[in-house]
Amino acid sequence: MARKNLFNVFALVRGFTTTLSYAFKKKPTIEYPTVKKQHAPRFHGLHELRRYADGKERCIGCELCSISCPANAITVIGAENAPSDRRSPGERYAARYEIDELRCIFCGLCEEACPTDAIVLTPRFEMADYRRGAFVYSKDRLLVAPSEGVGTPPDERPGGIPADLGMVSNKKSTVDITAGYEATARGKYLKEHRRGLAG
Amino acid sequence: MDATLTQYVPLWLVVLIKSAIVLLVVITTFAYSMLFERKVMGWMQLRPGPNRTGPWGLMQPAADAVKMMFKEDLTPDTADPLIYKLAPFISLITAMGVFAVIPFAEPTGDGWFGSIGDVNAGILFLFALSSIGVYGISLAGWASGSKFPLLGSVRSTAQMISYELSMSMSVIGVLILAGSTSLMTIVHQQARIWFVVPQLVGFVIYVITAVAETNRAPFDLVEAETELVGGFHTEYSGLRFGLFFIAEYLNMITVSCIATLLFLGGWNPLFGLGFIPGIVWFLAKAALFLFFYIWLRTTLPRIRYDRLMDFGWKVLLPVATLNLVVTAVVISFMGSQG
Repeated sequence: MARKNLFNVFALVRGFTTTLSYAFKKKPTIEYPTVKKQHAPRFHGLHELRRYADGKERCIGCELCSISCPANAITVIGAENAPSDRRSPGERYAARYEIDELRCIFCGLCEEACPTDAIVLTPRFEMADYRRGAFVYSKDRLLVAPSEGVGTPPDERPGGIPADLGMVSNKKSTVDITAGYEATARGKYLKEHRRGLAG
Repeated sequence: MDATLTQYVPLWLVVLIKSAIVLLVVITTFAYSMLFERKVMGWMQLRPGPNRTGPWGLMQPAADAVKMMFKEDLTPDTADPLIYKLAPFISLITAMGVFAVIPFAEPTGDGWFGSIGDVNAGILFLFALSSIGVYGISLAGWASGSKFPLLGSVRSTAQMISYELSMSMSVIGVLILAGSTSLMTIVHQQARIWFVVPQLVGFVIYVITAVAETNRAPFDLVEAETELVGGFHTEYSGLRFGLFFIAEYLNMITVSCIATLLFLGGWNPLFGLGFIPGIVWFLAKAALFLFFYIWLRTTLPRIRYDRLMDFGWKVLLPVATLNLVVTAVVISFMGSQG
């Protein structure tokens, strides 16, 4: 009944008071670029390759992370450690380690699969960039710099990590991002071994 | 402000200067009423509204204007090019033209203040122009050569006809009370009591029909996004769309001004608050009306089209007619004392 509703003045008044009262309520908006939200302690963000306290890389190039990855985002190419230049304590180390963050679903299975706790997911998430190639993170951006310590495993983040760990996409990459996807090890491999869409 | 000033400055120059000032003020008001709307709607929807461009989002209108200007101006292949390109200007010119007769404050003797031109049939001029404004929307929809705009323009025609009738009826009540069609006289007659008191029914009808006349929610069936994409302006882009946008908001401002003049006493102050200048009163009342518009938009959902027609013809028109008859009878028995 249209008439009944149209003449229900009390309903109208209630509607108007409701909207007016909402105008003075506190807004739940977080004004993102200037104000950042605190993450959950184990927020799954950008990956990080950790080191041991003596500076050696934890990654032993076993490729378990690559195998466990449901999105096929990780490419690991291992190599033997040379006695003169030992990168990791084990026999092998990761000569190349690339994660395509566009493919990654941030499930954290790589973290679980890693036998040496080398790969972990940090709470960093601001990875936006203009080029697809820039989302392939290689070792130079994933590996914790020696000056920055060893990296923190998620289990040891009491109360979480502060939300603002800075923009990560500004770090330089060894991958030639102007050459596009094929400049990456993963891109090359896919081009040689598969047909169809490479990424 | 001495009366001799007009003796040295030719009338056409005075009118030109006043027009320029009014145009500038009105366009600025449009820009900020848009921001105001977005802000108020934001607050009522628990959002802060635009706040990135400048402090408190105050540069948002400028940013929007730049965006509009640099967008591509598209004309569909099926469109009638001349009418398609002309339609936004019809809307805009009529929307702006009405400001020529709206008196913003008590006129001074030399004609430098008040309105641009005090037409003695000002209210008729207003309604004539706003009726022509419908052509802008109808022709835009017709000339777009596309389905949704056509539906929108057909709706607009029907809606305008049915609601303008009730609107005129509600306004005639005021004209009977004031005994004049001059907006100046109507405002002067309200020095004792605002016409909203004796014409409460007329005021309510005017408010409802004014919303329908300006195609605003909940009567925005002309552009109903959920049904008609964008209604009559579906095919428009860039500056031409911007012109429709300006016209819509100018119409909003116009009907707010008319409501202020006819029902809320124009620049007449509330009791004992005469020290505040009349122009402030006028603008405050119009702004209040604009706020009501936005408030209405956030509160009520869009009415269904058949119900809109039903309401317009079967409820508003009879009530408006009754109001008119009662007013006329009362006045004729009381004499034209008001």
